[in-house]
Amino acid sequence: MARRADSESPDLTRRQFASVAAAAAAGFLLTACGPRRLREIPKDKLRKAIADWEREYHDQYGKTVHVSDTGPMPGVLFAYALDLSRCNGNRRCVEACVHENNQSREPQIQWIRVLSMNKDKGIDFADATPYYSPAEVPEPGRFYVPTACQHCRNPPCTKVCPTGATWSEPDGIVVIDYDWCIGCRCCMAACPYGARHFNWQVPHVPAEDINPDMHYLGNRPRPRGVVEKCTWCIQRTRAGRYPACVEACPTGARKFGNMLDPDSEIRYILENKRVLLLKEELKTMPKFFYFYGT
Amino acid sequence: MRSAVVAFVLAFLLALTLAGVHAFAQQTPATPGTRVEVPPPPFSDGIFPCSTCHNKTMPPNRTRRVLTDFHTDIDLRHDTEHRWCLDCHDADNRDQLHLASGEAVKFEESYKLCGQCHGEKYRDWRAGVHGRRVGQWNGQKQYLLCVHCHSPHQPHFKPMAPLAGPRPPQRPK
Repeated sequence: MARRADSESPDLTRRQFASVAAAAAAGFLLTACGPRRLREIPKDKLRKAIADWEREYHDQYGKTVHVSDTGPMPGVLFAYALDLSRCNGNRRCVEACVHENNQSREPQIQWIRVLSMNKDKGIDFADATPYYSPAEVPEPGRFYVPTACQHCRNPPCTKVCPTGATWSEPDGIVVIDYDWCIGCRCCMAACPYGARHFNWQVPHVPAEDINPDMHYLGNRPRPRGVVEKCTWCIQRTRAGRYPACVEACPTGARKFGNMLDPDSEIRYILENKRVLLLKEELKTMPKFFYFYGT
Repeated sequence: MRSAVVAFVLAFLLALTLAGVHAFAQQTPATPGTRVEVPPPPFSDGIFPCSTCHNKTMPPNRTRRVLTDFHTDIDLRHDTEHRWCLDCHDADNRDQLHLASGEAVKFEESYKLCGQCHGEKYRDWRAGVHGRRVGQWNGQKQYLLCVHCHSPHQPHFKPMAPLAGPRPPQRPK
């Protein structure tokens, strides 16, 4: 019996080999000519995709939409700094972020989460709440730590993505390809900052509130079943502007700039202020710094 | 021929350097002495120019006292023990302020006055680190005066109403 089994071992016939080879060739051709990840898409294909999106969003929202494809500037590595001694938890940044980045109003998605913490305990995530609602802030005995994507230099989220749909851009912004994301949410599990948000349902933004100034890696409308997160307002910052949250903060606690420019505000903070990182021990190396301005 | 090439390369390098210096000059944060572009000071309605009332018909009274007729709405809580109106406001030209040295300062440059005591904050503000900035991270940015956020008479930053917080996640029933 054993001998017979051996003799019936699958020797490839000429016909079988030809079909397997043909299938492989077809597969290769389909992959090469089919859709590409936005990470490696050639410029001409990207422009075509952008034209398609602009048409699609125009039909959907009845507004002329501009989707930018501005790339990273050479010699620029973005960094962010937030003054914990100034932040008073008023959440103006959250509102500005939601409007700028076309975040879903229903179900609610907010990239910035302002945590209220106890001054006696210091930074302790186990003893923090984002659901505070007093008549006036700051509340006595509390301080506020706004969190969002930390744009790590050693990001755990991009490493676990099985499809390569999320990566760090050369200017340090961690981005997501909404067309390549399969919604497995591995990145959400990997992120120690809770910065990534999943579209459980079709995101809803009222047409009159849509921000038509978009970027292909940023605030363009997301489909259901993909992950999204802060992009440091890539549509604004790659055009030289401050992120929306920086301009919205009434206390001036939020600072943004180029870490490689020795005259930037960020470098002044890193060189002159007491700076701390969230969960530094995880070696994620955030480019989001918290500091005490006083 | 060779010297021509060398000269060309040198000229090119020089042009590059000059361009670089120029670019840097635009990006350097405001250094002490230079005037900072700021929006107009936030005067209360109809209060400025002060010389509308404080003119020749009203000689200045330089004795420190509690005001009872006018400006009674001003409750000074800014080193109250040591300060009063004429430490910052100029008695001879009411439309100006003055430094401790007596040097006149326009209301548009009141940050110089604040910077006399709050030097550390002044330095941070010039560097763009204290206070809100609007505009370009690599170019033109809009500064605010100290008094846009801190009332000079009660400089403590006022508490404010927070916007609505996130909705807690709902469990399926």
